[in-house]
Amino acid sequence: MTYHNPPTTPRRSATFDEYTMSEIRRAAATGIYDIRGAGAKRKVPHFDDLLFLGASISRYPLEGYREKCETKVVLGSRFAKKPIELKIPITVAGMSFGSLSGPAKEALGRGATIAGTSTTTGDGGMTEEERGHSQTLVYQYLPSRYGMNPRDLRRADAIEIVVGQGAKPGGGGMLLGQKISDRVAEMRTLPKGIDQRSACRHPDWTGPDDLEIKILEIREITDWEKPIYVKVGGARPYYDTALAVKAGADVVVLDGMQGGTAATQEVFIENVGQPTLACIRPAVQALQDLGMHRKVQLIVSGGIRNGADVAKALALGADAVSIGTAALVALGDNDPRWEAEYEKLGTIAGAYDDWHEGKDPAGITTQDPELMKRVDPIAAGRRLANYLKVMTLEAQTIARACGKNHVHHLEPEDLCALTIEAAAMSGVPLAGTNWIPGKNNF
Amino acid sequence: MATSNLAKAPAPETQYAARVFDLAKVPLRELNQALHDVTDGSNETAWEVLNPKGNHAVAVGIDAAINVDVHGSVGYYCAGMNQKANVTVHGSVGPGVAENMMSGAVIVKGDASQYAGATGRGGLLVIEGNASSRCGISMKGINIVVRGNVGHMSAFMAQSGNLVVLGDAGDALGDSIYEARLFVRGSVKSLGADCIEKEMRPEHIEILKDLLERAGMTDAKPEEFKRYGSARTLYNFNIDNADAY
Repeated sequence: MTYHNPPTTPRRSATFDEYTMSEIRRAAATGIYDIRGAGAKRKVPHFDDLLFLGASISRYPLEGYREKCETKVVLGSRFAKKPIELKIPITVAGMSFGSLSGPAKEALGRGATIAGTSTTTGDGGMTEEERGHSQTLVYQYLPSRYGMNPRDLRRADAIEIVVGQGAKPGGGGMLLGQKISDRVAEMRTLPKGIDQRSACRHPDWTGPDDLEIKILEIREITDWEKPIYVKVGGARPYYDTALAVKAGADVVVLDGMQGGTAATQEVFIENVGQPTLACIRPAVQALQDLGMHRKVQLIVSGGIRNGADVAKALALGADAVSIGTAALVALGDNDPRWEAEYEKLGTIAGAYDDWHEGKDPAGITTQDPELMKRVDPIAAGRRLANYLKVMTLEAQTIARACGKNHVHHLEPEDLCALTIEAAAMSGVPLAGTNWIPGKNNF
Repeated sequence: MATSNLAKAPAPETQYAARVFDLAKVPLRELNQALHDVTDGSNETAWEVLNPKGNHAVAVGIDAAINVDVHGSVGYYCAGMNQKANVTVHGSVGPGVAENMMSGAVIVKGDASQYAGATGRGGLLVIEGNASSRCGISMKGINIVVRGNVGHMSAFMAQSGNLVVLGDAGDALGDSIYEARLFVRGSVKSLGADCIEKEMRPEHIEILKDLLERAGMTDAKPEEFKRYGSARTLYNFNIDNADAY
């Protein structure tokens, strides 16, 4: 009788997992880093790791549907003659025409307008479609300055100076040649079909002292009417917020690493910047230390998905949140109805992130005239409006349960954390304890 | 030093006296608001700014065919986003003069600091002295004529328009340049990534002749210049060019 040793089960490496090995093979075959859209996909501490406590004997709740819970937010009250007033504390983040199709930009404007909030241009200038369909439009002032002109500055409702974004703090823009159509090329003063790499630094200022002078110039050009936002990626939120305030910002926009991008290197998206959850409390602390909390408004973005995320961000001290990826999903991005086409592109619905290639089956991240016909701007705008309203209702539901008659009255004391990491990052106690890691010397 | 014709360009015939703003007496806001309130066809075509004393954002965002004379040196972003106006600075300028200019002309009698004409989309910027680093950075259609030298990284990522330098250019001229044309009469310390010397064809001589005339620098001859522009090797990513990125 022959004795066989019992076989061991094949064991995959936790370090060299399936995705990692596929990436090594891809790099070896192509000689180029992987470029993709969207934000960080790795799991990081997030709003899911926080819970609201709700009402109890010491806090009594408000009656749903009968007792009012306000959601209005005013942005830009520090210096601007014409601050923005939004019905809901959720805005639509900057996404460029070029990275998105014209119908998609129009749908964002329509949806935001129905919901009573703002939408934002991107690294490609302002289009007539989005100005025409956006009641409140924020005009981004980016290092590339593509299409920048004083007329658009003056017909914007606010101006957002972009220093960085969460997906790539320290990185510039990237729009590959496949998406540089005639119209995109003209708006950016570039030849058609070339890879367009926007600068990572502004061409005419460096550092906080220069930024202060740049803000002065923009205020002078626009006669001090427009709120001026400063957008930063989640790098050094305490100091970036403090320096933006010092430079004269009306609003600070803080984008964590889950915030999306149209295209950048995978290695950049996954390895640079801090999670959104880790950014909020330092930024709020900076505002409080300067006596500017609620005077300079804080907008938080990066991985906001539902009304609970909204409520948690506000409870940690934000004045509003901003959505990008979630807004695209509401328009129809990664919809399973296009599954067969996603498979042809070597992916699946829900994982499609090659937004830079311009082949988006949903017609959103493309300049292909046939594909973009798949976006009905009226219907897609309606979906976005519905989604924004649902998020708002959800946030109100939670706020009422915590006894608040305005979502801005939510506070850190309404929260607990499910993990030690989330407790440390958000500065709220670990559930079932009064322990906030890093506080009280332990 | 030759002077610019544009610098002497008279205001349209008018019986009205120049409007004078003395920044030692009135705030900058008042000046810029008054400049924004003037419209095309107004009789107020001649403006004088006294005692700028390094103020930032002097005469920014003008959108009217007027002449503005600034008597003294200014700080950052003088004549930023200018449209239609002729702005003459009788002094030197800080960083970002005529940034994102759309049209019109800006004449600097002295020297210019960094980023002169940055991202400019049109119009003519004349610097009768020297310009510092990053002159014409990300230019998008502006014409810039510098009588003296320009510093390092000038015309970085320059997209379109013309940069004319009668003196010398510093390191890394035209780094990552797109379709802008660079004309240099003197030496170039080094060229940036993807920037090469190009043939000076008759059409380029014509462009240069026109710009030199408009800048009032006809003592320089177009034939004395060399032309630089994009080799276009970085327009689409190629791993074999990785050393240049």
